[in-house]
Amino acid sequence: MFRLADGREAAAVDDVSFDIRAGETLGLVGESGSGKSVTALSIIRLVLPPGRVAGGRIELDGRNLLDLDEPAMRQVRGRRIGFVFQEPMVALDPVYTIGYQIEETLAVHGLARGAAAKVRAIELLDAVRVPDPARRAREYPHQLSGGLRQRAMIAIALAAGPTLLIADEPTTALDVTVQAEILDLLRDMRRQFSLSVLLITHDLGVIATMADRVAVMYAGRIVEQAPVDQLFAAPAHPYTRGLMASIPGAQPGKRLTAIAGSVPAIGQVGRGCAFAPRCPDRFEPCGDRAPEITAVAAGHDVRCFLNEPALRPAGRGRA
Amino acid sequence: MTPLLDVRHLVKEFPGRGGWFRKREVVRAVDDVSFSIGAGETFGLVGESGSGKTTTGRCVLRLIEPTSGEVVFKDLDVLALGAREMRQTRRHLQIVFQDPYSSLNPRMRAGDIVREPLAIHRIGTRDEQAARVRRLFELVGLDPTDLSKYPHEFSGGQRQRIGIARALALEPSLVICDEPVSALDVSVQAQVVNLLLDLQQRLGLTYLFIAHDLRLVRQICDRVAVMYRGRLVEVAAAERVFTAPVHAYTKALLSAIPHLKPGQKLERIPFDAAGFQALPLREVDAGHWAAV
Repeated sequence: MFRLADGREAAAVDDVSFDIRAGETLGLVGESGSGKSVTALSIIRLVLPPGRVAGGRIELDGRNLLDLDEPAMRQVRGRRIGFVFQEPMVALDPVYTIGYQIEETLAVHGLARGAAAKVRAIELLDAVRVPDPARRAREYPHQLSGGLRQRAMIAIALAAGPTLLIADEPTTALDVTVQAEILDLLRDMRRQFSLSVLLITHDLGVIATMADRVAVMYAGRIVEQAPVDQLFAAPAHPYTRGLMASIPGAQPGKRLTAIAGSVPAIGQVGRGCAFAPRCPDRFEPCGDRAPEITAVAAGHDVRCFLNEPALRPAGRGRA
Repeated sequence: MTPLLDVRHLVKEFPGRGGWFRKREVVRAVDDVSFSIGAGETFGLVGESGSGKTTTGRCVLRLIEPTSGEVVFKDLDVLALGAREMRQTRRHLQIVFQDPYSSLNPRMRAGDIVREPLAIHRIGTRDEQAARVRRLFELVGLDPTDLSKYPHEFSGGQRQRIGIARALALEPSLVICDEPVSALDVSVQAQVVNLLLDLQQRLGLTYLFIAHDLRLVRQICDRVAVMYRGRLVEVAAAERVFTAPVHAYTKALLSAIPHLKPGQKLERIPFDAAGFQALPLREVDAGHWAAV
């Protein structure tokens, strides 16, 4: 929940449920303002006031993270859950060397100190394929290229051996060739460290190459959730279909298929389905009440009245 | 075909690292770049960050003064123009910037932002200017009742429409689009791209389209130039570049685009950056140039 300028509280993330199995990568897709980053920050309890997690459960290996006090939570961050952010230049501390920042992570979690931590830091940089890791460990973030910085951040995220890695737009600020290298690296690390990954991105191309399952977020809610091949083969929500249709490159020389309108701001969503004002398929109930989650296939859930046959007008529905 | 814009041997050098005792190095951000754009064409300039594509675009407009080379627009030698003539010429050469959040003056109302170029060039009376601004608002799909709102009251896509309306105020023939949609949400990008395509058709615009989104460039450009370390490495019809690339860098770049087929591994083609040699472009096939 966040407080708006007029004093009301509004939900940035509303009734979001998903699970990530061991070794699995869940892709969380959405545009800016969809609530995907707030979802991630809620998991590690880093939503800053006036924002707050107003309810729900976040279970990691059977423990509800919302019940933990701050010292216990600090043990979870880094140790159990590693975090990779979009902008390594912002997330890394500019006044400490890369090596020091890894050593600090190791020390905080009581894993290594002093000379042993130095050696481990270089090993980690080597593991994320930073060339000449001993020299790079002595360098500051600004001395590294964007791609190397992102590798350094992945090394920090993995330093304490987490089981879950949350990667929030890890390649968005990078060039396409560097992006491909970082995605390769994440795939390797995932296998090598037996990681579960929550991959947050707006890029369906990244999702297609990385995710096992996908959750699509719109205006604070998950509107569709499915195994990745199922989502690409048979997207069930009009928003997902619109997103896929708007990816350029399919028909050179033609206009693009656009979704009309723009993403609603927090607190501007009416009582109906948040996508209804932009939806090409909206009908009677869409503006009045929000659709519930319905399963359209095994493991494939969607929040849309089109998938409720009793409501759907004749001749409309899933394409 | 007589080109609308002809860029020849363009060079832009920036002072690089150096010190008191060391000779200051020179960085060639744009290194002997030549291309021409025909009237009504959409010419894509692609490359990764630091390749020099934005600097090239700005040199064409002389927002940055090139070190050497020639820029010929219609029959005008743009780099030889004096300050006053250059101002006159800028009417025909406009730019749409990447970031609609920082490129609009936050303290000016949307209508004034669009009107400003008309005021600077003293075109029409105040009433005529106001009428023109309303028409421009309608042209780019903005609501003329929003004329007195400030930039922060608009969404990102709407702000980019304001930037486009401003660029079109002086009825330019060439518009440099520098990453015009990359700061926008995915679902809004397509709207703005479609607007640019519609405007091109209605107004006969020519675009120099600078972008790093290769899918988008493939979709909308007639011809594409690939830039690497300040040099053009390949120039050809868009479909040729994407289906039959010749230069090793182009191949590597295209192979890094994530595909949309789940479960399929990306077959990447590596590129030996250390072995890169700056070669001149030569015509490898009709209209297909590559630095090989």
